[in-house]
Amino acid sequence: MKPFDYVRPATIAEAVAAASDPGAVYLAAGTNLLDLMKGGVSLPNRLVDITHLPGLDDIEDLPDGGVRIGALVHNAELAHDRDFARRFPAVAEALLSGASAQLRNAATVGGNLLQRTRCPYFYDVASACNKRDPGAGCDARGGDNRLHAILGWSENCIATHPSDFCVPLVALDAVVEIEGKAGRREIPLEMFHLLPGDTPQRESMLAPGELIVAVRLPAQAAQFAAHARYLKVRERTSYAFAVVSAAVALRVENATIKDARLALGGVALKPWRAREAEQILRGVRAEASNFHGAAEAALAAAKPSGDNAFKIELARRIVVRALTLAAAVAPERVPALPASPFAAASGAAAHA
Amino acid sequence: MAFSTTLTVNGVTRTIELDDPRVTLLDLLRERLDLTGTKKGCDRGQCGACTVIVDGRRINSCLALAISHEGADVLTIEGVARGDRLHPVQEAFIAHDGLQCGFCTPGQIMSAIGLIKEGQAGDDPERVREAMSGNLCRCGAYKGITEAVLEAQRMLEAQSRKEVA
Repeated sequence: MKPFDYVRPATIAEAVAAASDPGAVYLAAGTNLLDLMKGGVSLPNRLVDITHLPGLDDIEDLPDGGVRIGALVHNAELAHDRDFARRFPAVAEALLSGASAQLRNAATVGGNLLQRTRCPYFYDVASACNKRDPGAGCDARGGDNRLHAILGWSENCIATHPSDFCVPLVALDAVVEIEGKAGRREIPLEMFHLLPGDTPQRESMLAPGELIVAVRLPAQAAQFAAHARYLKVRERTSYAFAVVSAAVALRVENATIKDARLALGGVALKPWRAREAEQILRGVRAEASNFHGAAEAALAAAKPSGDNAFKIELARRIVVRALTLAAAVAPERVPALPASPFAAASGAAAHA
Repeated sequence: MAFSTTLTVNGVTRTIELDDPRVTLLDLLRERLDLTGTKKGCDRGQCGACTVIVDGRRINSCLALAISHEGADVLTIEGVARGDRLHPVQEAFIAHDGLQCGFCTPGQIMSAIGLIKEGQAGDDPERVREAMSGNLCRCGAYKGITEAVLEAQRMLEAQSRKEVA
């Protein structure tokens, strides 16, 4: 690991000032950053440790019915917060489907948004990667790329964003609260992550020194609680990133879909909101025949970036399956195998 | 630049001088405090051999910077037995053959103690398996590990009921 300066600011303003210099990065739990630093993928000159900053670790109910999640809230803490899980079950399920119990205990909400792609060519410093080394080329093109992007990719980068948590958050219109030199601003999470285009090294809307202080879910997001699921196909039952995932949230009255939200994970360099599919679902009956049309619409723009055409059909099927699960009665708690397609189709726990 | 950090490890408060901020909690335990029960497997957060309990939560000590954990309360495998009396989780691992070579075992045991404390798995072996999936066992003693976790949980529940009564 390259040597670095370590600073521990006492206030957000001090943190922003310390992190604004080139080569400075924020340290929260470090579950992704330290791994990247050990591999020589990230080479910061300065670590600005925000874990001792006050006021960033609350889960706060807002007067308007929304919820504000501090950037330093741990993934496990949020997923196991009974009130939060009851109101936002798809978010809890996504959190519990990610990583391992140890990592979920350490990892933070803000860090989850900023985790880097798991593209193996990004991690292997001997490989060409435009994200790590702009202009170097992309060894994932023509390499082992069966897990790479099928939406929104460019010739420069075909990596995917690895987060589970962000997928239902994008579906539910989450907003990111950011503090920077110019004060506080907000960005819808859907706009926060950037597609690769010609600048895959630019990953988010954050300017140098800007710090995520909270993620907010609007009151409206809780209206989907009865019909919200996250479904994730991975190459082993547990402790693996998504091959493809989907977050679905429905508002159903008299078997008719009044409102629908759909986002896909593992398909692009950002959580992929499928608004055309949502439009198709509004006003139709909550039944399988209507789900296929939505799945077609969600993947209409998809194209393989390599040996991964299978992911397009897989994603369609996951959309149909997630819609089917969400339309059924939601399980009382997150199933034993969270977000697993191996759980019973009824949505009940496989081993209740 | 030298850094000084104060940690409580297995109930003893220690102030440690660090000459380098790169030291992980794992390396601090093993190399500076000679607590080598916590194992270094992958050193990348994938195998769970380095699992310790920090402020009541199980984490991978290989992905934690020691300097960042100023003031933390750390429990390692060396701190779970009471003298010659093994912790119920240790006893259950022996009783159920939850190990073969033993390298992953300290991490498995710390993870199991954390799991039981979290109280999310109940008596569902599927939930136990899921919650232990961050601890790899190359010998494949998973069946015994799952049985040991469930058995230890029952023992600890019975123990706490007795204490209440």
